[in-house]
Amino acid sequence: MTHPAAPSPTATAPAGIPEYPMARASGCPFDPPPALRALQTEGRISRVRLWDGSTPWLVTRYDDERALLSDPCISSDNTHPGYPHVSAGALERRKRAPTFINMDDPDHARLRRMVTARFAIKRVEALRPAIQRIVDELIDAMLTAPKPVDLVEEFALPVPSRVICELLGVPYADHGFFQSNSRILVKRDTSPKAAGEAIDKLVHYLESLVTEKLAHPGDDLLSKLAVEQVATGEISTRVAAAMGTLLLTAGHETTANMIALGTLALLQHPDQLAALRETGDPGLIASAVEELLRYLSIVHTGRRRVALADIDFGDVVIRAGDGVILANDAANRDTSVFPDPDRLDIDRGTRQHLAFGFGVHQCLGQPLARVELQVVYATLYRRIPTLRLAVDLDQLPFKSDGLVYGVYKLPVTW
Amino acid sequence: MRISVDQDKCIASGMCVLAVPEVFDQREEDGIVILRTDVPPPELREAAREAAASCPSWAITVTES
Repeated sequence: MTHPAAPSPTATAPAGIPEYPMARASGCPFDPPPALRALQTEGRISRVRLWDGSTPWLVTRYDDERALLSDPCISSDNTHPGYPHVSAGALERRKRAPTFINMDDPDHARLRRMVTARFAIKRVEALRPAIQRIVDELIDAMLTAPKPVDLVEEFALPVPSRVICELLGVPYADHGFFQSNSRILVKRDTSPKAAGEAIDKLVHYLESLVTEKLAHPGDDLLSKLAVEQVATGEISTRVAAAMGTLLLTAGHETTANMIALGTLALLQHPDQLAALRETGDPGLIASAVEELLRYLSIVHTGRRRVALADIDFGDVVIRAGDGVILANDAANRDTSVFPDPDRLDIDRGTRQHLAFGFGVHQCLGQPLARVELQVVYATLYRRIPTLRLAVDLDQLPFKSDGLVYGVYKLPVTW
Repeated sequence: MRISVDQDKCIASGMCVLAVPEVFDQREEDGIVILRTDVPPPELREAAREAAASCPSWAITVTES
């Protein structure tokens, strides 16, 4: 075998330790796997087996996950031998282009703070008219295209791609290049070789852009990094390019999946869709975004960490060097925090979900994701009120093999 | 009630600004938290408590008097 295959989702390891991630039940594309919910009911912590045979801890309850994600003895350093890697491809990515997402403080804070200003609430709020314009233009184009339309290709992917391109200063004309390479990186069964080639291409591309910005800076985030950090010698062009690659890939893949899968979930809940379509209340729209983030929990392979010291945890001790996985999709369905958690209720009105993670690594782009999703959910169903699926639900290709969950295609008509 | 913030702990998530923009703001240069007031009026106290509880990096401390 040249590279480890993705784990078979239904198999149980000989030692009785369940394999992770687990398979969703057929016909329930929005719910976490039944075996995961069973572990959540049975106890606070258990061992699971990963693609590489390692057996880290799995934690599934909301309060426990929040506590561990804030624990200074818990590390995100994926060069640590005990770190539970999500795939062989992800391991390769870290080797070639390390970023703050897999560093601990103080390195993490030093690098992250170089890019936080552009994601501050007011800065992102100022982008709302531009995001609205992008959303409207794409809907205009869809309305004149032959039906059915693949909502992923024509809308869900272009919206966040165009937004993150504007923010970073990446030419949108290159979207075919960066989307295809990031698609390789977000599949769990991508070989280390393919992942390595994809990450090298992206970083090389971003390096040329940073170099270009050094000579001709604009008002975008890559120019800011080039002028304030690279030119001053604080970081190398390579480090800036790795950061740019992270922001570019994370900035479009995640939100794209929330747009397409969120639309599918709403189409399967017509009463919720109608309430959203008919409201003019920004508060209800914001609440719907939070609820869909909670309900769908598209990061469905857990937050990955490693213990740096022994941690007393109920009946067990998490030993220094043990891998720990925090299943945020399970936590977001924890009945002790979310009453009737399997019900999609756009009026639930809570931002307390763990869809963006928790602790110092909580999603950097969350204010941008929120505004993008608010604009999309407030506009798409109002402008195309008869929007419906063009195929049966069971014909849709779901991203069960992805680091981030969603649908590969969403054929719609109206 | 008195609010204090730890700017070294802050990760600029903006959760507090979303919860109570009357009390919390972010620095222009890096999005790190700044206080608009450390003594919120009675009608904002509950929201300020919620902001402290939702901060992902525990950078907000509420002292009840």
